[in-house]
Amino acid sequence: MDDVIRKVLAEYAHLPVDVATISDDDDLYQAGMTSHASVNVMLALEDEFDLEFPEAMLRKSTFESVAAIRTALGALASS
Amino acid sequence: MSLNTKTSIRVGTDVVDVRQVAESIDSFGSRYLQRIYTDHELHSCAGTPRVRAASLAARFAAKEAAIKVLRPVGHQPDWRSVEVRRHTDGWCTMALSGHAADLADEAGIAELAVSLTHEGDVAAAVVVALCSSEGDTAEKSRLGSSPAGPGGVD
Repeated sequence: MDDVIRKVLAEYAHLPVDVATISDDDDLYQAGMTSHASVNVMLALEDEFDLEFPEAMLRKSTFESVAAIRTALGALASS
Repeated sequence: MSLNTKTSIRVGTDVVDVRQVAESIDSFGSRYLQRIYTDHELHSCAGTPRVRAASLAARFAAKEAAIKVLRPVGHQPDWRSVEVRRHTDGWCTMALSGHAADLADEAGIAELAVSLTHEGDVAAAVVVALCSSEGDTAEKSRLGSSPAGPGGVD
């Protein structure tokens, strides 16, 4: 799962640094991801994992780190 | 002009790269458009792909600027609940619904003003809110009397 998350971030987060240098807990917004880029990350994750983020999960904290995204995807997969 | 002592103002601003909006449209098409923009906004942003992307980018900037003004804690308003309304003479206003409207009520926001612009690859927007002190008091209570709140995060 983490490889796919990082692939999506590399393609859509528009980070000014290499995703490989981002740790699981690093704040992606602090690293340079904008709100608009986070929308693209969300849509790409939906495509990759064949799911849809409900409105209740549309908060900055859902996409703030690799670990947070992993947790959100896990919650969606088990719901 | 002078403001009544029982009123305050909030300002939010944001800037968006027009090229990234164009890329989003190319990558995700109607799923991107319908997740973020209302029917009115999509109808307002006709034109060539380049012009349309610039107009939509300005609207996204306005939505983000308005959310900075609303200062949500946790749950973000649906992007479509913060709408840019374009009037026939070209000027724009903002219309809130759902959670965004609730946040405005809690903050005592009586009026929102918006200004949009785009030039080249950059689109930007500024939103100004006129708030009553009663709403500010209610919001401080909601935030546990935090003096700064969470607003202004980019």
